Amino acid sequence: MSRTSHLLRRFLTPYLLLAPGLLWLIVFFIFPTVQMFLYSVSTGSVDFGYRLTWSFAAFTQIPQEFSRQFANSILYGTLATILTFLISYPLAYFIAFRGGRYKNVILFLVIAPFFTSFLIRTISWQIILGDNGPVIGLIHTVDVFHQVPQNFTFMGEPIAVVSGLVYNFLPFMTLPLYVALERIDLRLIEAAQDLYAGPWRPRGWIYGALGGAALGGLVGFGISWSVPAFAAAGAVLGTLIGGFFVSESFLRVTFPLSLPGVFAGSLLTFIPALGDYVNATLLGSPKTQMIGNVIQARFLESNDYPTASALSFVLMVGIIIAVMAYARVLGTEDLSGGVTI
Amino acid sequence: MPEIDVRLVDVTKRFGPDVVAVDHINLEVRDGEFFSLLGPSGCGKTTTLRMIGGFEEPTSGLIELQGQDVTWLPPYRRNVNTVFQNYALFPHLSIYENVAFGLRRRKVPDQEVRRRVSEMLELVELPGYEKRRPSQLSGGQAQRVALARALINRPAVLLLDEPLGALDLKLRKQMQIELKRIQQEVGITFIYVTHDQEEAMTMSDRIAVMNRGHYEQLGTPEELYERPTTRFVAGFLGVSNMLRGERLGEDGGYAVVQVVGGARVRVPRERLNGRAAVEVGVRPEKIRLLSAGAPAAEQLNRLDGRILDASYMGVSTQYIVRVADEANLTVYEQNVERTEEGSLHRPGEMVSLAWTPEHTFVIHEGTGGDAGNAG
Ligand SMILES: Nc1ncnc2c1ncn2[C@@H]1O[C@H](COP(=O)(O)OP(=O)(O)OP(=O)(O)O)[C@@H](O)[C@H]1O
Ligand SMILES: [Mg+2]
Repeated sequence: MSRTSHLLRRFLTPYLLLAPGLLWLIVFFIFPTVQMFLYSVSTGSVDFGYRLTWSFAAFTQIPQEFSRQFANSILYGTLATILTFLISYPLAYFIAFRGGRYKNVILFLVIAPFFTSFLIRTISWQIILGDNGPVIGLIHTVDVFHQVPQNFTFMGEPIAVVSGLVYNFLPFMTLPLYVALERIDLRLIEAAQDLYAGPWRPRGWIYGALGGAALGGLVGFGISWSVPAFAAAGAVLGTLIGGFFVSESFLRVTFPLSLPGVFAGSLLTFIPALGDYVNATLLGSPKTQMIGNVIQARFLESNDYPTASALSFVLMVGIIIAVMAYARVLGTEDLSGGVTI
Repeated sequence: MPEIDVRLVDVTKRFGPDVVAVDHINLEVRDGEFFSLLGPSGCGKTTTLRMIGGFEEPTSGLIELQGQDVTWLPPYRRNVNTVFQNYALFPHLSIYENVAFGLRRRKVPDQEVRRRVSEMLELVELPGYEKRRPSQLSGGQAQRVALARALINRPAVLLLDEPLGALDLKLRKQMQIELKRIQQEVGITFIYVTHDQEEAMTMSDRIAVMNRGHYEQLGTPEELYERPTTRFVAGFLGVSNMLRGERLGEDGGYAVVQVVGGARVRVPRERLNGRAAVEVGVRPEKIRLLSAGAPAAEQLNRLDGRILDASYMGVSTQYIVRVADEANLTVYEQNVERTEEGSLHRPGEMVSLAWTPEHTFVIHEGTGGDAGNAG
């Protein structure tokens, strides 16, 4: 083979490999995005057609009209991400380090719900959380002193929406975490222990309590239940976890090395959760509407394309900015080690 | 009597019902000593080391560190550090933070950390590498960082599991010298695991030669080489010639043993220890080749044989000599005295083999390897 053709091949190969992806992006991302932006600055109606007028009215109305739905989206999305993380991390850790020969079985169980449709799975939560469902039933059974009011309900409340989101996106968090944890060389953990990394006491108790209280409070606030009660419960849990489960070798080695998985998992959960409308539709009520509900309604029900497009556009830009900020934070050396907590 | 740093009392480690990785080991490592565990793959060296480090709990037995029973202490509570086989440097931390890791866990003030890290990097000849990542180091450099990271904690004992295993031969030789220098400089007890007998010999003060979960013989490199007491040790540390024989009687300070072809070999009496049927051995380079019938000093052991093969190897010549149509003996002859080409002994030539009785060693097979050889 001649030298030129060799060089040409070396030069072209990366582009050839990129081509299908690029084409895909152009057709299904760039083009619709441009189209969407153009709609957002148009005026008119479906019946009489839209004209590009470069009017930003659809944007300027957002803070006034839709800030509540945006706030709901951010709040539920954040809560769902934090909760999936808190559930997934121990799970992924267990599978990666203690799974043994059952690893694949447990992994299969994690993704098994995907064999059913997203819609069906969410509807099944209507049954689980419904007023005649097992959870409410259990609460009333346990509640022998009748402290819980008879009309106590989950449906239509933020907790139902967040539960649905957590359930639906759990595998998106678990799998990247598992992959990241699985790759960690166990000798690194032994090396840390060899270098005096022991239990995280007594600081684990303090940091655990503080962190737990903060997270608990946030959850309480997010699902608009009692903030102090949740903060207190979080503090107790956090103290136990920080004191007994989190070791210095975990803090200094395992966790920093799993950060790529944390990053990937939380993005894969947060981004779709932020734009989700199925959970809010099936499990929520008007007061728990998320921005996805509005976009869906504007596009498909009232055919208000400019508003729907403007909302989508703002959501997208917001996500991009948030992701970039997040990448910056997780990518710094300070977080991945070095500093003493 | 020097102080004992590490003591293993009757330590056994089983993995499941079938695998006995370490089988009733008793060991005493002295303060400041360079001690090696030498043995073939799978003989339990790593397992022994991991039990001392606290990564593995013995199935039975006792481990003492500087007089304290540490059998059930976790690694982070032991004053011992390890240099892992593939270094196990933390990939997400800089070299500085890698080396500082142990001090930080012990809450040493920042200023002292800084001082000691640069001191350590000086010692392992890597000053100025603080900011690098482990992925930006060569194998030899990573090895030094691993050493610095362990030594900076000034442990009572440093455990090293085949630390040079991943390096090429030349770097290996260089690091052997370096390791020995550093050990002498810091005066810390080293327990060194290797399957390379030459490496163990050049570096160690004492060696335990392990085989199948226990050690067969323990002693200085010289003792092990000159007077191996088991066939395994004789074979593992270099080449040896073994001869079966029977004790005939005594002659002054020597026992007389009749070996192949009726020849008589004298052995220092105490080495025979009263046994009747024995196996004696001699190292190839201890034997001098004489032309058949040539006179030799009276007190030398002497066998007659025929040259089967001669291979010229530069520094020396290796002969295979057939004795009494029964045994093949290997002989190394330094090429010092030969002045002209072609003056080698030729295959087929009759020769005499001669060596001093003191160079004859005796195999104590069957008496158990652990029998008090601690030199
Ligand atoms: N975790 C384990 N589970 C089961 N068997 C093990 C385990 N670790 C070691 N063994 C067995 O114990 C024996 C001793 O192993 P060890 O690693 O101590 O050998 P070694 O002398 O270090 O060998 P090498 O020179 O190959 O590193 C081997 O037969 C090995 O298969
Ligand atoms: Mg080993």
